[in-house]
Amino acid sequence: MDSLRFLIVEDSPTMRQLISFSLKRFKGCKIVEAVDGVDALKKLQTEEVDMILTDINMPVMDGLKLVTLVKQNPKLRELPIVIITTEGAQEDRDRGLALGADAYISKPIQSSHLLKVITDLLEKKR
Amino acid sequence: MDDHSDLFKKSQEFLQMVNQQKDFIQDVLKENERLRFQIAGLQGKSTSDPLVSQEMALLKKKVEQLEAQKAEIERRFQNVEAENKDFAQRYIEIEEQNNNLANLYVASYQLHSTLDFQEVLHIVMEIVINLIGAEIFSIMLLDEKTNDLGVLAHEGYDEDVKFPRVHIGEGVIGSVVKTGESYYINQAGSGYKVDFLHPLACIPLKIKENVIGVINIHKLLVQKDAFTAVDYELFSLLAAHAATAIFSSRLYSQSERKLTTIQGFLDLLTTSGQRG
Repeated sequence: MDSLRFLIVEDSPTMRQLISFSLKRFKGCKIVEAVDGVDALKKLQTEEVDMILTDINMPVMDGLKLVTLVKQNPKLRELPIVIITTEGAQEDRDRGLALGADAYISKPIQSSHLLKVITDLLEKKR
Repeated sequence: MDDHSDLFKKSQEFLQMVNQQKDFIQDVLKENERLRFQIAGLQGKSTSDPLVSQEMALLKKKVEQLEAQKAEIERRFQNVEAENKDFAQRYIEIEEQNNNLANLYVASYQLHSTLDFQEVLHIVMEIVINLIGAEIFSIMLLDEKTNDLGVLAHEGYDEDVKFPRVHIGEGVIGSVVKTGESYYINQAGSGYKVDFLHPLACIPLKIKENVIGVINIHKLLVQKDAFTAVDYELFSLLAAHAATAIFSSRLYSQSERKLTTIQGFLDLLTTSGQRG
């Protein structure tokens, strides 16, 4: 699990720090941060990542639009995407997964749950 | 005549056959009796033979030892299983504790990361949304001149809501300000309606014993049924750290304003002096 690269897309610095904190359990992992969908797409042009963790409600471009664009891009579509959001209703979850997200986590997050979801996705990808 | 002699011949043959069978059965019974006697003799010999009985006693003892060992192994196995369960439970608890500490660390770090009043308010709101999982909540600050509380920031309420001012000691919110003790109940079912004066949680923002305001939580996110252990820890943290952060950033903003005003005066005086 060494040298993994994650892209965290979150407008909240608190959540970015909390998610980064949890991801440090993957020793040596590299974290790239983006504050919204547009920023994330820009970062994806220059940075190679193994997984995207994105919020939904963000200014400029929301997480659902980002998921759609990433899944439409032949170079990026294989990247696993985890949505981490306050939107916990079943229809929101269904919508996120239907757009191509690989997992959906409702806030507040449990670090152990987040790590399990990520580990499962990485194993599935191998 | 011929028929009679034929029948007689056949009956003689049948009788002879029956007699032969009778003899055979008697022979078998005799053999059975002989074997029984032999077995009884052998059995008697085995119990009376000291070597055989010694061997049997040894075997019996070994069986007992093995039984005892089996019981001991079963007991140890049960102990190990119980320990395993205990470790698994402890692991879950430690993971939970880790999670809680991470939440508290991040909340505390973010609260003290800026001296900008609006930014501090924004961070407090982020913590309440993302870490506690509140959907509808407000931050009220105490006005030292009027001695009542007014809403400073809010999230999730209807657009036309009118926030009342609350006096110290009045209702749930006023009592929290007066006593400095947090108040919380858990969300009651799906029919729950937001009533501003009756929040689910009211957390005092305290600097030592002085309450400078409160955080009212009126509704939790749909995926969150009730407050958890870490929420109560976060409430304690917010009570102290959010209060300090809000208070110090407000003082800093005020001092910045005053400094600008004084600087303006000084510039004015300097200019006037040069002209004079």
